[in-house]
Amino acid sequence: MTRTMWDSPLGKKTVMAVSGLIMLGYLAVHMLGNLKIFFGEGEFDHYAHWLRTLGEPFLHYEWALWIVRVVLVVAVVAHAVSAYQLSRRDIRARPTKYVHKKPRASYATRTMRWGGIILGLFIVWHILDLTTGTVHANGFQHGHPYQNVIDTFSTWYGNVIYIVAMLALGLHVQHGFWSAAQTLGVGSRTRDRAFKTVANVLAVVLTAGFVAVPVGVMTGVVS
Amino acid sequence: MKLTLRVWRQQNADADGAMSTYEVDGISADMSFLEMLDTLNEELILAGDDPVAFDHDCREGICGACSLVINGGAHGPERTTTCQLHMRSFHDGDTIDIEPWRASAFPVVKDLVVDRSAFDRIIQAGGYVSVPTGAAPEAHATPVPKADADFAFEHAECIGCGACVAACPNGAAMLFTSAKVNHLNVLPQGAPERETRVLDMVAQMDEEGFGGCTLVGECATACPKGIPLFSITGMNKEWLRAGRKAAKR
Repeated sequence: MTRTMWDSPLGKKTVMAVSGLIMLGYLAVHMLGNLKIFFGEGEFDHYAHWLRTLGEPFLHYEWALWIVRVVLVVAVVAHAVSAYQLSRRDIRARPTKYVHKKPRASYATRTMRWGGIILGLFIVWHILDLTTGTVHANGFQHGHPYQNVIDTFSTWYGNVIYIVAMLALGLHVQHGFWSAAQTLGVGSRTRDRAFKTVANVLAVVLTAGFVAVPVGVMTGVVS
Repeated sequence: MKLTLRVWRQQNADADGAMSTYEVDGISADMSFLEMLDTLNEELILAGDDPVAFDHDCREGICGACSLVINGGAHGPERTTTCQLHMRSFHDGDTIDIEPWRASAFPVVKDLVVDRSAFDRIIQAGGYVSVPTGAAPEAHATPVPKADADFAFEHAECIGCGACVAACPNGAAMLFTSAKVNHLNVLPQGAPERETRVLDMVAQMDEEGFGGCTLVGECATACPKGIPLFSITGMNKEWLRAGRKAAKR
């Protein structure tokens, strides 16, 4: 059954929907956690440290964090592999374009593939910048996330990469959340307005919430 | 009306095709789009040229034979079949682009004619109900709730023209397949084959090389019969349900 599910494009769509919702749930929590930066260095760094001790004494130090990381990596890989395979199939199914082109679909719908690629690249940069510190500007300090965030958003490219990625995220979530509802078979004519509203609200709130941090640093609210 | 037509001409399935330009004059606004093409073909035949091949049959909007992408839209600018599209939707002096359905599962046979037998094979995979033949059963023996009957009828309206595939940027046949799955799966007569129907039809749809659904919604916009986009949601639900049931067995 698992095998036939993965072989079927509808099964891959289901994988995309479920993995997308897992990532969406994580993003909501991540965004809310980020906002703690507006309460100052002490509270933000304390929150970051708490993430490592989460689940103790049942879990060992950092285990909760690693469990989340493993789930997220699985979700990202499943989402990306499905998207790649489905896209290949879709492009093969329509090899000849129409000579007469019509403006088609909403911007969010048309940019799902490129938006996904942008988000994938962003995740790599984001981890190298603020988790491992490999590409961090101005000297990465382990255990001092508040200072690291300010360093990143003190560079012009840090702000540009982050804000562009968050705009792509909003567009991706807007079409993705609603699509997931259809793929999982829970959408309907009567519930459509509700699903579209939730998709729009999630897109706007997530983008605004994430972008608030670089804007806060740029305007000096966070320093 | 005087019109400039840019028509896809392709000698056969293996030949390379190209857009050819034709001028037609004396087109009445009351003509159907197909009658306008008939006028062009009469002129081509009189001039000793090869007429443009296109599919048509009932010309009443119920058979699903006609199939043209007109100015980039399946069945043209109105929400109807090409045979029910009238020249009053165009203006004197217009240039109209006419192309065949484009999808790898619908190969071009000649000019504007494509092979849609992939749809027949999807229907053969499960788009039927198995009933004992003989005298018609008493009509009230199997009650069908009004809401279910309406739902089934809405989906039964599909004429299998393939406009959904032509309009879909992924060349997907989801709307067509889902119309038939929803139509039969909601009815008591379709219940015995409810699970195998959706699993087999979806498997055949994939086998034919149609693309997947990315919820763009072009199919439902192009559908001359107004099959709703939620039809696809309904098929996804049926497919997941059938998968769960198959896993339990």
